Amino acid sequence: MNLALRDIRHNLGRFLLTCFGLSLLLGVVLSMIGIYRGLVDDALVLARAPQADVWVVEAGTRGPFAEASRIPGDTREAIALSHGIAEAGAVTFQSVETQHRGRKLRLFVVGYEPGRPGGPAQVVAGRNITRSHYELVADRSSGLEIGDRVALGTSKYTVVGLTRNLVASGGDPVVFVTLKDSQELQFELSPSAARRELARGAAPSGTDTINAVVARAAHNVSPAQAAHMVARWKHLSTMTQLEQETVLTQSVVERARKQIGMFTAILLLVSAVIIALIIYTLTMDKMREIATLKLIGAPDRAIVGLIVQQSLAMGLIGFSFGALLIASLKDVFPRRVILNPEDGLLLALVVIMVCVVASGMGVRLALKVDPATALGS
Amino acid sequence: MNAVAPLIKLESISKHFGEGSTRVDALRDITLDIEPGSVVGLLGPSGSGKSTLLNAIGCIIEPTAGRMTLDGEVVYDNGWLRSDLRRLRLEKIGFIFQFHNLLPFLSVTDNVALVLQLAGYDDDDAKHRATQLLDYLEVGNRKQAYPANLSGGEAQRVAIARALANKPRIILADEPTAALDSQRAGIVMDLLGKVAKDQSAAILVVTHDEKIFSRFDVMFQLRDGQLSSDAA
Repeated sequence: MNLALRDIRHNLGRFLLTCFGLSLLLGVVLSMIGIYRGLVDDALVLARAPQADVWVVEAGTRGPFAEASRIPGDTREAIALSHGIAEAGAVTFQSVETQHRGRKLRLFVVGYEPGRPGGPAQVVAGRNITRSHYELVADRSSGLEIGDRVALGTSKYTVVGLTRNLVASGGDPVVFVTLKDSQELQFELSPSAARRELARGAAPSGTDTINAVVARAAHNVSPAQAAHMVARWKHLSTMTQLEQETVLTQSVVERARKQIGMFTAILLLVSAVIIALIIYTLTMDKMREIATLKLIGAPDRAIVGLIVQQSLAMGLIGFSFGALLIASLKDVFPRRVILNPEDGLLLALVVIMVCVVASGMGVRLALKVDPATALGS
Repeated sequence: MNAVAPLIKLESISKHFGEGSTRVDALRDITLDIEPGSVVGLLGPSGSGKSTLLNAIGCIIEPTAGRMTLDGEVVYDNGWLRSDLRRLRLEKIGFIFQFHNLLPFLSVTDNVALVLQLAGYDDDDAKHRATQLLDYLEVGNRKQAYPANLSGGEAQRVAIARALANKPRIILADEPTAALDSQRAGIVMDLLGKVAKDQSAAILVVTHDEKIFSRFDVMFQLRDGQLSSDAA
């Protein structure tokens, strides 16, 4: 006879309510892990989009994400002709705020040269940019649809394609425009500002500046070798893709990552304490029954089984409800929540471990119960 | 000379709690033999040591001195105590409580069958014997019910069925009729008497209930931890 199951069946309402409370708690833990993963992935997804092997940036900087980097636009041609480089593309990055359909829209604009590295890795709807001006590929998280026209700077752009899950480290959706358009957006003055500059006799400044060159190494050359060859030019710095990703995770999102990581750890600790308290309280409620079981000769293993099995059932049901809840709500979060199966499995193992340890307190209490307690009123 | 060995044999059993100025002598030099087939009443005012004596015989508390033998097996001998007391309780002793102490999450049948399963019966045999006992105690019609839905009399009869399930030779009852009316109390005592005879069991009943005094074969009185007299 399984005493744990009988007790659960007899107090099903209370048991399920406790499981539901626990599921909310574990759901929050799981969502925090998902937010953490999302934050790290978001930070990397933009750097991974060009599928580059080497990043070439301004000398002495770790740009373009961790630090500002500005290099002449014709650098791309020189890099492309370098030994060990198969192809290269110039890119610019800038944040833009605009209005669309009456709402504020923050976008992270990437300028690239169509046909060269630096553009979107995959367009999930519509097409890539084919015209040299005023076309835009946007991420779905921006809310833009194919055919929408959106104002960036002084010009209007038409959305021709959509990407998925492509956001900047701050969470802003990424949009791609041609390099020429992005340079105009970044450097070209508004008509009134241009008139003022002209009036004070200032020479018109050039707009052919880029933030980085992304390059792919030739087949027989490793990214590190390619980066080393380009780095011999003293006026440029280079990073391999791996180094760029390390800079992003260790510099750009480091604090946010640590903050969320720490909060997740605290939440996990709080969950462990709450699980322990619930199990301890449930055991306290059953003191008389446990004393009766001892009195009628039930062995310790029957009493331990009653507590540990209930505790495990509560932990696993609570975890399953929580995981289902967060899996169905993850798309409602304003930032990406990534639920990795391995994270879920790890949390399930932690929950099992916590339940076993927590039930240890209850078991200790139960084994100390004097069977004579059953004889009192 | 009576050749029947007593089922409960206490020789100079003492029990005290605390030491020095806080020492309380709950049992003093108790010597008592209870033979098979007898229903024995244990009377005494509150604090006289009745429950302590019942707990000592039930292997729930350890005496301080003396020798105790249950069903021919030495359980305690001047500081030596058997280690498998829970097993001994399961095999030899049945408890009937004033407040029945049925497990609230088990049905009537399961409450009785549990003891049998703990003793090694398989599921079907345990349920079959539990059902027989419940029918014998005239609560068979309530076998699917849970303890919360039973009347006081029904619950007490289920508790008796549980105490008798494993055919123990020693039955210890603490105020078994306190929650029952005269008629029900009479039925319970008749039943205990029948079990004592049928199973050659020794039944020790702690009670204040004067209306059942006539049902005891022997009555003892405890006063200040001493077995002062055979009240019969």
